[in-house]
Amino acid sequence: MSAQSLHSWGHYPPFPQTAHACHWRAELAGTRDALVHRYGSTLAFGNGRSYGDSCLAASDQVLHLRALDRFLHADWSRGVLTAEAGVTLDEILALAIPRGWFLSVTPGTQFVTLGGAIANDVHGKNHHVRGTFGCHVRRLSLLRSQEGRQLCSPDEQADLFAATIGGLGLTGIIEWAEIQLTPIASSQIDCLVERFDTLADFFTLSAELDQQHEFCVAWIDCAATGARSGRGVYLAGDFAPDGGLKVATKAALSVPLTSPLSLINGLSLRVFNEYYWRKHPPTRQHQRSDYMPFFYPLDGVHHWNRIYGPKGFQQYQCLIPDAQAQPAMQALLDAIAASGRGSFLAVLKRCGAVASPGWLSFPAPGTTLALDFPQSRALVETLFPRLNAIVREAGGRLYPAKDAQMIGEDFRRSYPAWQHLEAWRDPALGSRFWTRVTT
Amino acid sequence: MKQILIIGATSAIANACARLWASQGAVFFLVARNAEKLAQTAADLSSRGAGTVHTYAMDVTHLEAHVAMLSACQEALGRIDIALVAHGTLPDQAACEQDAALALREFNLNATATVGLLTQLANQLESQRGGTLAVITSVAGDRGRPSNYLYGSAKAAVSAFCEGLRARLFKVGVHLIDIRPGFVATPMTQGLPLPALLVAQPEVVAKGILAGIERQTNVLYTPAFWTVIMWVVRSIPSVVFKRMSL
Repeated sequence: MSAQSLHSWGHYPPFPQTAHACHWRAELAGTRDALVHRYGSTLAFGNGRSYGDSCLAASDQVLHLRALDRFLHADWSRGVLTAEAGVTLDEILALAIPRGWFLSVTPGTQFVTLGGAIANDVHGKNHHVRGTFGCHVRRLSLLRSQEGRQLCSPDEQADLFAATIGGLGLTGIIEWAEIQLTPIASSQIDCLVERFDTLADFFTLSAELDQQHEFCVAWIDCAATGARSGRGVYLAGDFAPDGGLKVATKAALSVPLTSPLSLINGLSLRVFNEYYWRKHPPTRQHQRSDYMPFFYPLDGVHHWNRIYGPKGFQQYQCLIPDAQAQPAMQALLDAIAASGRGSFLAVLKRCGAVASPGWLSFPAPGTTLALDFPQSRALVETLFPRLNAIVREAGGRLYPAKDAQMIGEDFRRSYPAWQHLEAWRDPALGSRFWTRVTT
Repeated sequence: MKQILIIGATSAIANACARLWASQGAVFFLVARNAEKLAQTAADLSSRGAGTVHTYAMDVTHLEAHVAMLSACQEALGRIDIALVAHGTLPDQAACEQDAALALREFNLNATATVGLLTQLANQLESQRGGTLAVITSVAGDRGRPSNYLYGSAKAAVSAFCEGLRARLFKVGVHLIDIRPGFVATPMTQGLPLPALLVAQPEVVAKGILAGIERQTNVLYTPAFWTVIMWVVRSIPSVVFKRMSL
């Protein structure tokens, strides 16, 4: 096949990446050096689940590592797994679940690679108790253009380890990593669902339920206005004590083609959100769920990003510190609802105080809001500047893994450790995101 | 547990098959040229649930090395349930037209070495009166095409050899499956201008191969739509075929 062209998940910004595939670890250094010689720099690319430009090489020439999908070692007595960077989380789960283990932290899709999960220090519904993905990385091997192979862990090359966790793939090529899994008795989840009417109710529920349950997240109706503003559905859960250890079968649905126009518009948004709200019970209910729909609701539809049409979409994910969280979230929701834009799945979650080993990790104590917007000029020129101002005012920050628009000044202020990362950056590596926010 | 010998174990199709067998707990004897790749493949299969994984580094074109390799395999596995012969290269046709020595080296690797291995493997499976010989050839062996007839002729030689050997081994309870994959997305085909719709992933091909071994298929086109394509290609008369540029 001719050289593959790759995009980020949001298909925005529209810079197609030329893929240079590596199938063996021994090919990494040579391929990297050839790309650096010819194009100046490169960047490791996994499975293309970063939304914006953090996974796009400054040179648009990426090292495609998805084929580095081997396991190096599995210790099922201790739940310690070592795998190459291109292994995806669903491939890890396919091995781990039948043996009674699960990822200690998982993001909302299982189609990210291990390398991507580390480079973006992803988090999930249990951030308030287990911290980020990087908290469960025991060791990793990093290939740097000057120093060669570097083994890093919290005790060994600790600075390089801290720079690499959430380091956006800039400190070197992650060859493999060793992670600690978490024991489970069942792959099913005991969950609790409850609707809430206002943001104040969300915070009350969060204060009550986050202490009792490992997994907590809320859906919020970003199209609601007036008295309905701030309404949503709270979802909490824990691994069930029984119910079997079963790996979910592959998704049956797929969006076959990119829609010629975005299917997300003001009408479809209001209709869906009203339906989603009404579908959930007004009072607290307990139910049993498989892990798939609980953790990965969108993985049930492959290529769902295609519904946003050829222009693509942007995700806006911000974190607001606890002190400012409620008023700032209300201001954000008001601005979004007034714009008539937004997504089906707007997600609200309180993050906890478990510190990440990574310098540039996104989560911190506070509340995070994430939602998708079809790409348009009005979005970039009107809505995002308004949202950015609210986040800035509240002392919050945006998530690089989702971003294609944050202002460099905001980045540098809200991630003061960025200069430490820049100092550890491998000169052979560079991303469009990094160029955009640091220069 | 199945006991499986794989020649060319680091190739993409063999590796995809091995992962499926590993999840069933198979025991392996893996043979390939590159010891480092072999070690990485073995570690991967062990992590995925394989039983013991033995490795043996050998270049298949060293015909005199085959005996020692097979006796090491015999010692490690005892009985062989499945022997998958998967080594191969995709020669540069244009270069082979200009360089007879290169053409012969490529033919040697893709045909002669395979015939040598199959001859000895056949005797071993014959003496144990059971097991399956699974040989990866190619749809390219069905017709000699101007764009890659060196490759095609090597595969055709192996296929014809396999047809005769199958009939001989059938009488002693040994099955031989001639596996003819179409276009597969592997490092071997990387960079070739193949029609995207016809290119299969190695995992898909591997599932077809395992099913073919179970069903004791004689000649397996995989993915299955190649059965139809190759039926059409084989039906084209030579007067027409020679005017085409395939």
